[in-house]
Amino acid sequence: MQTKKEDYNVRQSNLYIVLYAAAITIVCGGALAIASQSLKPLQDANIELERKKNILATVMELKEGDDIVKLYSSRVKESVIDFQGNVRTGMKASQVIIAEQYKLKPEERLLPVYEFRSQADTSKIENAVMPVYGYGLWNNIWGFVALQSDLNTVQGVKFEHAGETPGLGARITSDDIQVRYKGKKVFDGEIVSSVVMQKGEGMDYSADPHKVDGMSGATLTGKGVNNMLKDYFACYKNYLKKNQKTLSLNL
Amino acid sequence: MSTATAEVEVVEKKAEPLFSKKNKKLISNPLDIDNPITVQVLGVCSALAVTTQMKPALVMSIGLMVVTASSNVVISMMRNSIPSRIRIIVQLAIVSLWVILVDQILKAYVYDVSKQLSVFVGLIITNCIVMGRLEAFAMGNKPWPSFLDGIGNGLGYGLILMAVAFIRELFGGGSLFGFKVFEAMGVHYTGNGLLLLPAGACILVGIVIWIQRTLNGFRESH
Repeated sequence: MQTKKEDYNVRQSNLYIVLYAAAITIVCGGALAIASQSLKPLQDANIELERKKNILATVMELKEGDDIVKLYSSRVKESVIDFQGNVRTGMKASQVIIAEQYKLKPEERLLPVYEFRSQADTSKIENAVMPVYGYGLWNNIWGFVALQSDLNTVQGVKFEHAGETPGLGARITSDDIQVRYKGKKVFDGEIVSSVVMQKGEGMDYSADPHKVDGMSGATLTGKGVNNMLKDYFACYKNYLKKNQKTLSLNL
Repeated sequence: MSTATAEVEVVEKKAEPLFSKKNKKLISNPLDIDNPITVQVLGVCSALAVTTQMKPALVMSIGLMVVTASSNVVISMMRNSIPSRIRIIVQLAIVSLWVILVDQILKAYVYDVSKQLSVFVGLIITNCIVMGRLEAFAMGNKPWPSFLDGIGNGLGYGLILMAVAFIRELFGGGSLFGFKVFEAMGVHYTGNGLLLLPAGACILVGIVIWIQRTLNGFRESH
């Protein structure tokens, strides 16, 4: 049996330290790899469900217990378009990673679009939902914007963020900010006027179709949101204009 | 950052009751005379970062408590085999292991909660309290007292966090846990923006430290 002193000396030897470090690395690494692999299907399912939920939430009010997956597959038609507004056949919207496309020039981006179809007539577009992506004050911001069937009036928005200040910029995720966008217009004739969040809070912009009330203390996050919307409305302009024309022909 | 740890010596006896007087002190001391924030001045960074609202503050406190307690137990069980020259990196590996596991499990089973916390959970790894307790307590004590020490320090940290978050959310944003208090009372309240900024938190934490040190008579030893 070793005495305490000898035991201590063994623990100071280089061989012991190297072996100990290696063992710790293998055990910790192994545990993390197992956890990550076994939990991945559940995590991916959560992320996918969250995406569908966010898309649906921009066009309708979701109730507790709604079957998101069923609702989504029956009402939403996914497609991928390019800057010219042409549909890219053979591509799945769920395969397009918005964060990567965002880094490309607007003309080169692949743009997913989610058309929310009418329950009675599935060829009729009730709402078009577009993903948006940009940069807030501290980190990326993203979300979805839904337009009404005129493809000009905002039906609803849903914003998410990675690192905006809680209580200030992080308010973009709250309903009382997002509801301000409802009913605003994207186009002014042929020009993308976008919807612009103003500086300062508490003003009434209900008469102006392109302005929404700002967030006190979070003007820079608001600017990020404005840039993001303007950027993506410009990307989708050709698609929206094209479909506006077919819509008016049908009417 | 000072580490004036008033180290609690635990003399180990055979068949010591689970909640002996000494063990109870491991929980109660960090709440008052050995508080990690106000007395040891550890974990101040996160006390400034996550206290703009009460909900993240609460979750951060619970997360920290779980991680400190479980890392304390593991390190305490390994304490006789850890080579002292690489003990810090071993401690760090164990802490990160716990933090990442907690994060992964949250993402798989309670996605909504994990979305709100993702940033904060990661921050626990860098929290000085976790490392501080491992180094100052778990390396020299048995698993059970170490577990209690982790819980106690988590509670002591949570107590201060909640107090600061209460003031910041109420007077900075006019709400508590997202509930608009002043609006519900029918009073128009314009939030004090300074309280929501890190500078406001720094002043508040300073005042809390002052108050608690006055109450428990703690003096820095020179």
